[in-house]
Amino acid sequence: MQLKTKNQSVLQKIAPFIGLILIVAIISISNTDFLTVSNLMNVLRQVSINALIAFGMTFVILTGGIDLSVGSTLALTGAVTAGMMASGIDPILAMLLGLLLGAILGAVNGIIIAKGKVAPFIATLATMTIYRGLTLVYTDGRPISGLGDSMTFQLLGKGYFFWIPIPVVTMIVSFGILYFILKKTTFGRRVYAVGGNEEASILSGINTDRIKIYVYSLLGLLAALASLILTSRLNSAQPTAGEMFELDAIAAVVLGGTSLTGGRGWIVGTLIGALIIGVLNNGLNLMGVPSFFQQVVKGAVILLAVLLDRKKTA
Amino acid sequence: MIKMTDISKSFSGNKVLKNVHFALEKGEIHALMGENGAGKSTLMKIMSGIYTRDSGTVEVKGEQVNFTSPKQAEEVGIAVIHQELNILPYLSIAENLFLGREETFGRTGVLRTKQMEKKTRKILLDLGLNVDPADPASSLSVGKQQIVEIAKALSVDAEVIIMDEPTAALTDREIDNLFKTIRELQKRGVSFIYISHRMEEIFSLCDRITILRDGEFVGERKISETSFDEIVQMMVGRELGERFPERKSEIGEIKLAVKGLSRKNCFEDISFELRKGEVLSIAGLMGAGRTEVAQSLFGYKKLDGGIIEFDGKQVKIDTPKKAKEMGIGYVTEDRKSEGLVVDFTVEENVSMTNFAAISKNGLISKDKERQLFDTMVQRLGIRTSGPHQPAKSLSGGNQQKVVIAKWLGIEPELLILDEPTRGVDVGAKKEIYSIINQLAERGVAILMISSELPEVIGMADRVLVMHEGKITADLPKKEMTQERIMHFATGGGKLAVED
Ligand SMILES: Nc1ncnc2c1ncn2[C@@H]1O[C@H](COP(=O)(O)OP(=O)(O)OP(=O)(O)O)[C@@H](O)[C@H]1O
Ligand SMILES: [Mg+2]
Repeated sequence: MQLKTKNQSVLQKIAPFIGLILIVAIISISNTDFLTVSNLMNVLRQVSINALIAFGMTFVILTGGIDLSVGSTLALTGAVTAGMMASGIDPILAMLLGLLLGAILGAVNGIIIAKGKVAPFIATLATMTIYRGLTLVYTDGRPISGLGDSMTFQLLGKGYFFWIPIPVVTMIVSFGILYFILKKTTFGRRVYAVGGNEEASILSGINTDRIKIYVYSLLGLLAALASLILTSRLNSAQPTAGEMFELDAIAAVVLGGTSLTGGRGWIVGTLIGALIIGVLNNGLNLMGVPSFFQQVVKGAVILLAVLLDRKKTA
Repeated sequence: MIKMTDISKSFSGNKVLKNVHFALEKGEIHALMGENGAGKSTLMKIMSGIYTRDSGTVEVKGEQVNFTSPKQAEEVGIAVIHQELNILPYLSIAENLFLGREETFGRTGVLRTKQMEKKTRKILLDLGLNVDPADPASSLSVGKQQIVEIAKALSVDAEVIIMDEPTAALTDREIDNLFKTIRELQKRGVSFIYISHRMEEIFSLCDRITILRDGEFVGERKISETSFDEIVQMMVGRELGERFPERKSEIGEIKLAVKGLSRKNCFEDISFELRKGEVLSIAGLMGAGRTEVAQSLFGYKKLDGGIIEFDGKQVKIDTPKKAKEMGIGYVTEDRKSEGLVVDFTVEENVSMTNFAAISKNGLISKDKERQLFDTMVQRLGIRTSGPHQPAKSLSGGNQQKVVIAKWLGIEPELLILDEPTRGVDVGAKKEIYSIINQLAERGVAILMISSELPEVIGMADRVLVMHEGKITADLPKKEMTQERIMHFATGGGKLAVED
């Protein structure tokens, strides 16, 4: 019986893979420009920002939470880091402070949710507005540029490691670390436990508040990392950066088969989910689908995937 | 009435039912017994259309049927009360009772709320439950929710009612009322299938009994022509011997002393001492505040007042984490909502309290985890297909053992057990008693909450009786009788000293 339950979950787990392969097949048949190394690298680079956020979102959703404020966190950390760099602070230090700020903004979410017992949706809806507002206040609504020419900073968004874009390397390394954390560490196990049954977790002596604060902090940190990549690519920080990013991240997590009620899912699925979204964006562009219509297609694909998932689990 | 022949069922290659027979006559109360995991619930789920059989035939009133959904079984008059509660907490009691068959004004879809509430009140009063039908179901204790479940099945005019361990969470008085109702309905020709691990109930209520062992049909007997021992023998396939194994523990110094504990609206002025190697039981009716006392001692619920001394030192236990670090374990009352992560595997559940033992620097060691799992499976005789079986597909009694296993791993110094044998079969009960004894013999202080009086009397060195949040008696072993405990549990005053 062990075999079968395993098989079932394997089937469930490879469903996103099959979806990705199907989409890749369809797009590459209808457009020969798609399956080229340079285009694929391009897709991966575009995916990396969403993927980093979605990895963090996976942890949050596994605990049964959600974070709508990531886009604003990204904008605020990007703006503050850019501001520091523009004012001549050592770029490395500025970037580290930017990452720290991201973790702190995430921790604030976590504390409100864990200690204040506010529903994650509501808490992060509020901080989404607050963080965005702070960004606008800080930047006065204008982009920040003139960030100097720090090599490290430039490489982060635009560099290559052999022929692989550095953002893609960052994504892969982060994925490896986070996969390991979820799979092999007590922290990872506790993340699943909290989402699976919070009461039983508390009664097993797990400090669930701490786990929650950690996952939101982790997500904040990853959002800040994504913001550094974005700022580096654009050579400026935009006050409107990251709008709707939360939705793409949540979509990637859900496409990957992670349950929104928590406790079930895996980060490999999220990576696939992010790739599906990235491939769709790129493919629809190549195929010359008008951008307004692209949104319709993207939404439909997400809906279809989730509906299929429901069928399987029913 | 119902005839099941040669029923087999496998879950993913694992045969849980092998050519089982079962026959139910009209108007009888038919007991179904067997150890945890014997396949009782599975057989009933096949009868009621939740699972489909792999082979065999089912006849209802002489006609062969092939149910593919519970709705179809319901249509021919089969109602089921499942082992696990299916109450929607935010709906009112009346809404729960009429779920799926609400009464409306004609076909408008407008609910006849008042009428449904009136009917609900009447049905529940018959079962001895006096509550406001408009209250949310979550305001009821687990035991009372169980009564609502029973009322739900009783109110659909079923011809066959299947009860899968209906009394596991009920008090004696509630059980009396339930039995009265069952006998009433029996007179009107309703047949019952009654699953329980409580021998006394089977003998006082049922007419016939079918026994399963490891998914096989062992035999069928008339209750009047069989005995306690024969049934146990058939169930476990061997002699079981004494129901309560002997304990040779030495009662040592005071491990835990509490003075004047109180928590608003739950309990007040709770004082007692618990010694190393001692088994102290807390008896009382459902809702007497026993679980709340345990939860407060474990740091899960806040205390409003009182002192806790642990090893002679005054301590403050404000989180379960702290309690665990002090060496206190807590086997919770409700395994599904408090004890297990049902989506986790058996192994992962056992690990939940034992991260310190199976990990180093935050890294889980697969080997150590497996080792812990193997040890626990062996020590508790957990019947599982392996470490990767999801906890939710274990039989009820085996789930309970997993919850106990979680806490044995931490080598507790004080173990609180809240209804440790609820839904557990005779053999496994004895195993659990043996484990409690072993722990006590090693000097572990045991605090055992139990509603089963034979268990309290058989196991405890001393019993505290609680009534409405207060301790009404503290009885040593030689003064324990069912009558005395019930007397104090129902709020009776001091008894005159006997003999
Ligand atoms: N959905 C399922 N998937 C896999 N295995 C299952 C499933 N349901 C039951 N089993 C297995 O079938 C066996 C019989 O389980 P069942 O629940 O019928 O036992 P039971 O006799 O009702 O036990 P208990 O007295 O503990 O309630 C068990 O070994 C259980 O693990
Ligand atoms: Mg059962």
